[in-house]
Amino acid sequence: MSKRKLKKDSFTSGECISKVQKILRERFCHLNPNGKLFGLEHQYKQLLELIKHTAVNGESNSVLIIGPRGSGKTLLVCHVLKKLLEIKEVKENILQVHLNGLLQTNDRIALKEITRQLNLENVVGDKVFGSFAENLAFLLEALKKGDRDHSCPVLFILDEFDLFVHHKNQTLLYNLFDISQSAQTPIAVIGLTCRLDILELMEKRVKSRFSHRQIYLMNSFDFKTYLNICKDQLSLPPEFPEETFIQKWNKHIQSLLEDIKVQDVLQNQFYYNKDLRCLFMLLMLASNNITVSHPYIRISDFLEASKLCRMDTKSNIVHGLSVLELCLIIAMKHLNDTYEGEPFNFQMVYHEYQKFVQRKAHTVYNFEKPVVMKAFERLQLLELIKPIEGPSNFVQKEYLLMKLLLDNSQVMEALQVYPNCPTDVKQWATTSVH
Amino acid sequence: MSALKHPEYPEAKLLQLESMIPCREAQASTLLSIFGKRQHFSFPALFIYGHTSSGKTYVVQILLKTLELPHVFVNCAECFTSKLLLEEMLRQLQCLFIKEEDHSFLSCDTFNDFIRFFKRAPLTPELQNQTIYVVSIYFRSSVMKRRTMSDRIAVFQYLRGCNKEKGESSYSPKHLRHLQKILSHDHPPEYSFDFYAYINILLGVFYPVCRDLKELQHLAALNFSKYCEPVVQGEGDRLWKNIESHLKKAMQTVYLREISSSQWERLQQDNGEPGQVKGLSAHAHVELPYYSKFLLIAAYLASYNPARTDKRFFVKHHGKIRKVNFQKKHEKTSNHLLGPKPFPLDRLLAILYSIVDSRIPPTANIFCQVSEMVACFEP
Repeated sequence: MSKRKLKKDSFTSGECISKVQKILRERFCHLNPNGKLFGLEHQYKQLLELIKHTAVNGESNSVLIIGPRGSGKTLLVCHVLKKLLEIKEVKENILQVHLNGLLQTNDRIALKEITRQLNLENVVGDKVFGSFAENLAFLLEALKKGDRDHSCPVLFILDEFDLFVHHKNQTLLYNLFDISQSAQTPIAVIGLTCRLDILELMEKRVKSRFSHRQIYLMNSFDFKTYLNICKDQLSLPPEFPEETFIQKWNKHIQSLLEDIKVQDVLQNQFYYNKDLRCLFMLLMLASNNITVSHPYIRISDFLEASKLCRMDTKSNIVHGLSVLELCLIIAMKHLNDTYEGEPFNFQMVYHEYQKFVQRKAHTVYNFEKPVVMKAFERLQLLELIKPIEGPSNFVQKEYLLMKLLLDNSQVMEALQVYPNCPTDVKQWATTSVH
Repeated sequence: MSALKHPEYPEAKLLQLESMIPCREAQASTLLSIFGKRQHFSFPALFIYGHTSSGKTYVVQILLKTLELPHVFVNCAECFTSKLLLEEMLRQLQCLFIKEEDHSFLSCDTFNDFIRFFKRAPLTPELQNQTIYVVSIYFRSSVMKRRTMSDRIAVFQYLRGCNKEKGESSYSPKHLRHLQKILSHDHPPEYSFDFYAYINILLGVFYPVCRDLKELQHLAALNFSKYCEPVVQGEGDRLWKNIESHLKKAMQTVYLREISSSQWERLQQDNGEPGQVKGLSAHAHVELPYYSKFLLIAAYLASYNPARTDKRFFVKHHGKIRKVNFQKKHEKTSNHLLGPKPFPLDRLLAILYSIVDSRIPPTANIFCQVSEMVACFEP
């Protein structure tokens, strides 16, 4: 490897590294409207045509963009809007309203937000006057007054569309789709959602007014494309000031991605999840360790990042338990084995623990019941065990029925790596009860 | 040589940081590399989890404070409604943005308003491009998708030990030697560091039961004077023998909060035998009226005995008991293991009449006592 030589190069200064990090971080951590679209050309054209029709010809449209999380729905809309605004006649002629189902949790807030974003007359000093009914009537009237030829088209973009469906009577959706169906102000309703059964959630009257135009964004690429995306995301753009550095960096990325270990990591990630956002997290974790002393991403960085990504949280929690708590978990595991998954209470666990301690107490002391109870309560606090019914059922805490939220194999695996586990505890865990 | 490295911050500050967070260098350096430079984007959300008192709050707080990053700390246990939470965040943000004193109170009911206020907030130029950190403790839900709404925000969420499958940064469990190091870090100045090997004895007793640093620190502080006693009295060779039984007593009393810390300290001063004082659980004696007592006994008998044995136990002339060869083929689990069983009121009264010799008229008082006892034990 020529890494050692590269280190001495003059342009791998702190400034350069900082710029690289800035670019990469912007790509990975921030919804960047300049980011590239991968394999969505067809959908892009479809959506662009549709919105153009609304903006230029005054057609009313409605469309749903459906795809899993991280499949680039928002990015697609961003791209299309950017492209549209480059056209001069569209730019002057269109109004945008952005709504989000997480923010506008009911129709009243959504309506206020619409009036605010449309800058309507009754909005004075950022305060909205009038009741909900007035507001709706006013808005509808303002929209109805317009006609195809004269009024300005409005673009409604509803993020988290499935949350709007849960509003009372779906009033907002009904009104929006109704306007888009009748010859009033031209509007385009674009809904973004990740639910495939979104049409089933709509009321009949709402559904019938919806144009049933759907654009599906599925991550339908294979591993080769995945690798290409990876490469594309990691390499530097030609605008980067240091030209020689770009070449070296990009060459390094190329050789890095050809490495078998790195490909293994990426393949694992690919089989686990095709979501690009998960990939970005991995790349970000791998790339944020670059410093002046090692300016290129190393293979070990990749391996470490993937290790960080695929940690098992439960076993991490189990490793931090004290020996007594671990003993209780093993006792619960034995109870689960003998009674085939029946729920247990503290008394049974304590009984089981007592059987172990009295039989062969070498390293683990025989603790008093209240001490054991405290350990048991701590396990409940960590949600490793959970009461099968609500705790307020007038049952004493000793008799509250619980279930263990750990798998048998999880317990055994955690036990293998548990630091300084007493040998007899380990043996007790492996011996079956019968 | 400092284990933490970052080009953005001066070396001295990082060294200072490192001395403040013993045994957490790895986590701190991960966090630092995730934060990156001030002007860079960072992860939109970071979820830190770990056991109680594994230093989640402490490390993050120290890190943000020492590096002087703009941040907001909220505790979701305090802000129990979303309105309180949002207003608290806004208030702290205002303090960040505007350095002058006039903090006009902003009322904020919905998340929508919060985002609006946040985007509109007048920023000082140096804050314009920086990442602002919102740290929430005991986080449960609701803040996760903040990233999409506004760009400059990075949210940390964390709670004690979690079972959510979305951890990004975990705090490795404490090991014995880490605990030793941290605990002996604050040894009393009048004794030497080696003398504070007391910690090893303490951990020898408590480590199998408890790994909570706060609890251990508290216990160490409480029992240290007892440990020093032989030295003060001039017989310095029986340190371990002296303290061990004392610590074991402490596990049964102070650790369970049976007797309070101040009581424990007073006991040590008076040289009283630990365990003389009655703990909280010793006060289990309750004065009850005559009929209430019998009601309680009847209820106990009803809930722990199956109904089919009632006739045999409580009816005077129940006829012959057939001799059955009890074959102990399958051992039944005792009722005291399974817990109490529910019973109807009729059965309770029937058992009450049979165990009280005198005649009890079923007056309103009796029924009153039944319902009063239910109210008594209701949580």
